[in-house]
Amino acid sequence: MSFLRAAWLVASKDLRVELRAREVVVAMSLFAALVVLLFAFAFVKEGQTTPDAAAGILWITVALSGTLGLGRAFDREREGDTLSALLMAPVPRASIYVGKLIGIAFFMAATELVAAPLVAIFFDVPFGAHALPLAGLLALGTVGYAAVGSLFAGMLSRNRGRHVLLNILLYPIIVPVLIAGARGTQALLVLPAPDTEQVWLWVRILAMFDVAFIILSLWTFEPLMTSD
Amino acid sequence: MRPLKNLSFLVGTLAVAAVMLVVPRMILAAPVPMDTNGVTPMAYAQKIFYFHVPTAWCAYLSVFFCAGGSIAHLMKRSRAGLAIATAAAELVVVFGLCVLVTGPLWGRMQWGRWWDWTDVRLVSTLILWMTFVAYMFVRRYGGPGSEKLASGLALFGAVDAPITYFAVFFWNKLHPQATVVRRGGMAPEMAKAFFLSLAAFTVLYFLLLAIRVRLERARQRLDDAHLAADEAGLLDV
Repeated sequence: MSFLRAAWLVASKDLRVELRAREVVVAMSLFAALVVLLFAFAFVKEGQTTPDAAAGILWITVALSGTLGLGRAFDREREGDTLSALLMAPVPRASIYVGKLIGIAFFMAATELVAAPLVAIFFDVPFGAHALPLAGLLALGTVGYAAVGSLFAGMLSRNRGRHVLLNILLYPIIVPVLIAGARGTQALLVLPAPDTEQVWLWVRILAMFDVAFIILSLWTFEPLMTSD
Repeated sequence: MRPLKNLSFLVGTLAVAAVMLVVPRMILAAPVPMDTNGVTPMAYAQKIFYFHVPTAWCAYLSVFFCAGGSIAHLMKRSRAGLAIATAAAELVVVFGLCVLVTGPLWGRMQWGRWWDWTDVRLVSTLILWMTFVAYMFVRRYGGPGSEKLASGLALFGAVDAPITYFAVFFWNKLHPQATVVRRGGMAPEMAKAFFLSLAAFTVLYFLLLAIRVRLERARQRLDDAHLAADEAGLLDV
């Protein structure tokens, strides 16, 4: 079986389970909506939003709901001990990682479809006018986040303290994604026209992060997931 | 071997102690930089520099050792690599803390405030430091299998460091302030004190690393002995 086919099988399995259970994405989206609402309480004063806050709020919401999704997606594998079964499959280990990454990225994308319009409405920012570049930034950021997140969540899946540890391990590593995503989004919202040069700069940093971390994850997934 | 090792540790410790006695005198004797009006804006706070930069160098050196040890542990299952990574991660946290305490002290004098988000080195060092605090947290509370988890984290932290640096750098769109170490930026007496201090801290770093690695290796052997004794049924009594 080819590498990509094995990866796609793992991803499509995750997506099919999710389509039937509708558990992870619903929880993530609901949580994302609540986070945006909480930020609105913190940053909207006398009906006025804090300028520039919207971009940061969108990306922090993505990060927080992403952790929730990562934890739940791997808990599901642990409950039936299906992760061990997956790892026993006669396919390259790295293809299982890529499959998981694709699955998580889809869950996060679905959540972003809820979070971005909510931020646009509550914080009065024209995300709709820049939908395509915003989608590009979000896609790159999501892939980078999911690349690190699915590796760490996979490593932690057999650990008792996984829910606490995942947050502590993941956030310092994904700081560049948050900075790049938020700054790129801010550059999109500059008036009167988006600062294209800045947007490109952040797209490049996001792409650099994605490439570095996917390569490193593919390289380390096998030794990290092998139990002694 | 053991007496020789002990002797080398003793010699190393004495050397560090001797250097640590000399360096402060040189730092005190070094002139304080003046601006064109003959004013010394930083006064004696400038001398934090002799401490701040060498500890930062040691912290970054330690990140490198921690990543190297972690690669050896992940790929070759090397327990010596794990011991080096453990020791180096702790030293990143210790030296990093020195950097993060002295940085704001210096910044208070230079910029008039404790923390400056435009200083890329300060911010990226903080993020790197958090990663290695997380490493220690995982090793302490991660339970069985935490060694691998921590090794993975160390590797990601080391690769993340330059990306974070770039991200923080462009985040502010400001170039960091000219470094004090740039060519021709220091009076000869200052340079002498600085490089001696740098050498002293590097020797201190390697001494601490060696001691900590030795301790970790002893702990590993003790664990092995405990397991072997348990298997042989010696602990049932």
